[in-house]
Amino acid sequence: MARMTMIEAVRSAMDVSMERDETVVVFGEDVGYFGGVFRCTQGLQAKYGKTRCFDTPISESGIVGAAIGMAAYGLKPCVEIQFADYMYPAYDQITQEAARIRYRSAGDFTCPMVIRMPTGGGIFGGQTHSQSPEALFTHVCGLKVVVPSNPYDAKGLLISAIEDPDPVIFLEPKRLYNGPFDGHHERPVTPWSKHELGDVPDGHFTIPIGKAEIRRPGEAVTVIAYGTMVHVALAAVEETGIDAEVIDLRSLLPLDLDTIAQSVRKTGRCVVVHEATLTSGYGAEVAALIQEHCFYSLESPVLRVTGWDTPYPHAQEWDYFPGPARVGRALQDVMEG
Amino acid sequence: MTDGPDLSPPRLSLHVPEPAVRPGGQPDFSNVKIPNAGSVPRPAVDVSPEDIRDLAFSIIRVLNRDGEAVGPWAGLLTDAELLEGLRNMLKLRAFDARMLMAQRQGKTSFYMQHLGEEAVSCAFRKALEKGDMNFPTYRQAGLLIADGYPMVEMMNQIFSNEADPLHGRQLPVMYSSREHGFFTISGNLSTQYVQAVGWAMASAIRNDSRIAAAWIGDGSTAESDFHSALVFASTYKAPVILNIVNNQWAISTFQGIARGGAGTFAARGLGFGIPSLRVDGNDYLAVHAVAKWAAERARRNLGPTLIEYVTYRVGAHSTSDDPSAYRPKTESEAWPLGDPVLRLKKHLILRGVWSEERHVQAEAEILDEVLEAQREAESHGTLHSGGKPSVRDIFEGVYADMPPHVRRQRQKAGY
Repeated sequence: MARMTMIEAVRSAMDVSMERDETVVVFGEDVGYFGGVFRCTQGLQAKYGKTRCFDTPISESGIVGAAIGMAAYGLKPCVEIQFADYMYPAYDQITQEAARIRYRSAGDFTCPMVIRMPTGGGIFGGQTHSQSPEALFTHVCGLKVVVPSNPYDAKGLLISAIEDPDPVIFLEPKRLYNGPFDGHHERPVTPWSKHELGDVPDGHFTIPIGKAEIRRPGEAVTVIAYGTMVHVALAAVEETGIDAEVIDLRSLLPLDLDTIAQSVRKTGRCVVVHEATLTSGYGAEVAALIQEHCFYSLESPVLRVTGWDTPYPHAQEWDYFPGPARVGRALQDVMEG
Repeated sequence: MTDGPDLSPPRLSLHVPEPAVRPGGQPDFSNVKIPNAGSVPRPAVDVSPEDIRDLAFSIIRVLNRDGEAVGPWAGLLTDAELLEGLRNMLKLRAFDARMLMAQRQGKTSFYMQHLGEEAVSCAFRKALEKGDMNFPTYRQAGLLIADGYPMVEMMNQIFSNEADPLHGRQLPVMYSSREHGFFTISGNLSTQYVQAVGWAMASAIRNDSRIAAAWIGDGSTAESDFHSALVFASTYKAPVILNIVNNQWAISTFQGIARGGAGTFAARGLGFGIPSLRVDGNDYLAVHAVAKWAAERARRNLGPTLIEYVTYRVGAHSTSDDPSAYRPKTESEAWPLGDPVLRLKKHLILRGVWSEERHVQAEAEILDEVLEAQREAESHGTLHSGGKPSVRDIFEGVYADMPPHVRRQRQKAGY
């Protein structure tokens, strides 16, 4: 075991995978010599050579399109989109190509690849460095969508993603790279070295895609979150003193509906939390599934706490970010409802 | 009012290119400058792209007006290979004719033919080796025909029947065959171009010897993926042949709309430092010779080559298109590069290895072959009658392992 930040955990997952499987290649903007703007690929080029870890032109459709060709050839590309906000030029390649190659060719060709992208706000990134576009991927059949909330999961899930036979969108909450940020931006961040989930095995291990994890068992209400919002939800639960069960989804597609349904049938109440905008967001899918599968257990309407339906602002970042106060209010509302 | 000088800035106006002629007019290809066959030099494959910039503005041709093969690009193919090329083109033409008819008979929803462009894909395939990979568009079925892919499999796909290798999931003609070096066709445009570059990069990463070929039409070169592909191919010197089939028309839009102010599509490659050549796409020998040159460059790790095939789409874009609405009906007859089948036939007769009689006989044999394949395919069903793919096939293969939500939906559908 070693103490790792989420950056180190992600790097370690790629390192372990490249070591074990010489068909794994890593590339993207600033990813090679420099090691990525968030340093996730630092040292990989030096260790594995520049034909297995390299810099690319600033062309997201080129990065993903080339990776699809490589996957069709038989490599396992793990590419980085520098910010999730930059993925739109690659959206055609992701949704109409990577996601459908197995299906449209009836398995004649497949597309095992991982597209890593830092997601979410909280770093004063403004509207083009803060987005959470997960719902744009969960709407696409053929993709898997993963969002880890800690270094341990990040490593285990990323290794699973690299070994997966299908394309995986791997969203890394950038505000969590260095510590379990709980939304209290005015306080110093606790480093991962002081968190139990910063304890990560050095070698190979996997966490299955499609399995949620209960971060805090509880009886009164179910809170469903992923990524940064897991820590915000835990803070809100602690601050309100409500005995909530906090579920960390980890995989959005496929979704661990069993864990959700079991919990909501027990608590009868549910709050879904995400940083992305509200309308047609991932929370809408979760809320719909809950009413479909748990309707007769519900004591009150399912609530959603999300970013506002506006672009992510710069100066007003903390009025936009759905922090522990907003989550706490929803917890109180759902208990009264 | 005074009569002083007018100091207001000149008024701007927008330039919107127009083809030379529209329906009702006299076809006019005087803008297509056609050099004599044999007049364009054949450089060494390791030539500097700087030294052959003019090849992006010329047209490499081998067959002259009299049917002779002339110049430095001639002489690569044996009689037997040329005869096989002619048969493949005839087969593709006959296949197209039957499938167009089948579409009109309601046996399928849609079809796209190659009329006038048969030489491009049929000759190109012969410049590749087994194991190389094409990333085609919807108008390169000659790659399959020339590689011996069974016509009945193609028809099964077109009819979306119970034997359809793609289980009814794809629009007709969107074939896939890894075995025959034919990447699954998407149906949207240009995405495959950069994928081909990625495949070629992978081959280089693995120190393999296989190469890739990318395909695109003149219209789709305007897509950003075309440019992504060129920059990636250029940066990593990927072993890829970048093919542009300029058949003059992108549905109803003449090639000048995508080409803009550039002289040619081949010239697009020059800014990327990619050797770029233009070739007579209706000349089987020229297409093969230039493709072979590019393949050798790729295989010798000299990097990508861009090839523009100058040809003409004689038929409609697809069965959903009516070209008489946007171009003169007689335009194809005026196309100055002629018909690829007739030109190769003339050459083979001149070589003394073919005759009008044998040609007629070959056409009849090939038609029989196509009809036999069609009978077999139809025994497995057509779009609206006979054997169909299972409804279960809707849900299979979205992922390697079916996730629970898809399984629930399959069960809901009753399968």
